[in-house]
Amino acid sequence: MNIVVCVKYVPDATADRKFEDDFTVDRVGVDGLLSELDEYAVEQALQFREKREGEEITVTALTVGPEKAVDAVRKSLQMGADSGVHVVDDAIAGSDYLGTSLVLAKAVEKIKADAGADLVICGMASTDASGSVVPAMLAERLGMPQVTLASVVESQGDQVRIKRDNEGSTEVIGATLPIVLSVTDQSGEARYPSFKGIMAAKKKPLETWSLSDLGLDADQVGLSVAYSQVEDTTARPPRTAGEIVTDEDGSGAGALVEFLASKKFI
Amino acid sequence: MSEVLVVVDHADGEVKKPTYELLTIARRLGEPSAVFFGSPEQGDAVAEKVKKYGAAKVYVVDDAQIKGYLVAPKAEALQQLAEKSSPAAILLPSTFENKEVAGRLAIKLGSGLITDAVDVADGGVTTQSVFAGNYTVQAKVTTGTPIITVKPNSAAPEEADGAGAVEAFAVTISDVAKTAQVVATQPRQSTGRPELTEAAIVVSGGRGTGGNFEPVEGFADSLGAAVGASRAAVDSGWMPHAFQVGQTGKTVSPQLYVANGISGAIQHRAGMQTSKTIVAVNKDPEAPIFELVDFGVVGDLHTVLPAATEKVKERKG
Repeated sequence: MNIVVCVKYVPDATADRKFEDDFTVDRVGVDGLLSELDEYAVEQALQFREKREGEEITVTALTVGPEKAVDAVRKSLQMGADSGVHVVDDAIAGSDYLGTSLVLAKAVEKIKADAGADLVICGMASTDASGSVVPAMLAERLGMPQVTLASVVESQGDQVRIKRDNEGSTEVIGATLPIVLSVTDQSGEARYPSFKGIMAAKKKPLETWSLSDLGLDADQVGLSVAYSQVEDTTARPPRTAGEIVTDEDGSGAGALVEFLASKKFI
Repeated sequence: MSEVLVVVDHADGEVKKPTYELLTIARRLGEPSAVFFGSPEQGDAVAEKVKKYGAAKVYVVDDAQIKGYLVAPKAEALQQLAEKSSPAAILLPSTFENKEVAGRLAIKLGSGLITDAVDVADGGVTTQSVFAGNYTVQAKVTTGTPIITVKPNSAAPEEADGAGAVEAFAVTISDVAKTAQVVATQPRQSTGRPELTEAAIVVSGGRGTGGNFEPVEGFADSLGAAVGASRAAVDSGWMPHAFQVGQTGKTVSPQLYVANGISGAIQHRAGMQTSKTIVAVNKDPEAPIFELVDFGVVGDLHTVLPAATEKVKERKG
């Protein structure tokens, strides 16, 4: 069995994230890293493998992104994935959800042909776009069951069950492998790479694919054929400094209520 | 005028406020048609509600063969409805589930998708708040039928007369859309407080509560507010995940947000930074949350909030 984990290289959320002149996200000028929310996906893949002793299970980490995005795959290998795939091609830059999901689907299909893709795992969202739509779109393109936003994952044989928090309810979702699974940050703390893991990662196979390796043409993806266009981006003006009072002998509560009343909240 | 499909947000037939916001927005783009997934018996009651906000048609899609499976059947149903009605746009309330429906629908229709809009102007230009609220983005779907998911509180609902003509719409769901089965559903118990994402006022607690949410809940109730929690409070098991405000929980944009014992990490800011007025109570004068506030109290929430609760009650008499 082979598990494919989709991981994204994103600008560090604690850095000063910004846009390029063409309104695409600056993925080069800002320090990047493996999206925190994808670490949970890598973790679940590793746990899936560890819980099934005696079965031959491998984990392939897949990323799509610029040169530096390979760091996301490397980190996944350090955590314990067995092999990596980095799809990199200038033509992919600026892809929207449709373009991104297309490239990922083609890459999963290629991995499937080579090593299998019995389980595809994604994080619940990227920390930059925060769309939470690509796992569902990947399931749509691959024609696989969509089992997404799992806070708990359980499996037996080829049956997978998850717990999913919806707006007004918690659901149990069941499906038969192969599936596309996405996991939330409630699914279990992600491990840190060990020193041994970091050393071992250097010897693990890591392939680099271009669009043509996936049978895609440059005019099928990227900014120029995106289905939506950004017309403008504006930095939010810094909030004007508010009034800060220090609570002394109960003065804080009075000041707080006065403020709320002055704004007509009471 | 072209139809604009608006997916009705409801809980067991009870129409929720974001539906009226979406219908209001839809009128800028064309003539709204509400799409109700539910039991046909509830369709007429829903139509009575939504026609007051300008819904000319109400498509009732019997969810008998839809609700037992995750997401995919709804996308198929909307595809069939879109092919029949050739809408000018399709608007959905921006929940996790609807975003997934919208994603699959975008592929089926070959149409552009914009998620988490906080406004949609005439002509379909959307506004989104990104990078934890540090940027706003104006965008537009340029190919196919614009599919836009819209966050709660993106517009003030405005009433308008609509015909509200009910039309039962029969859908055919494929076998491949029935492969992720809903095995069990546990409805969440109502807290009796406003819905977190829809509330005009949200009062949240974090690590600083030490696990005691009573002062936070008491203050929330005095203001008629919803209760929220930071990731730290949820991870500590003090509050269920459904109450989490932040990147991996709910994004809220109320008129007033009161953060108590919350430091203001980027993960939390992503979920509340676009609130109109922000207030914080925190013992630590260096807490980053104070950079965001309109008003802040450096003090212990366990003494400040109960005292403030009493004062609010006095004022309200």
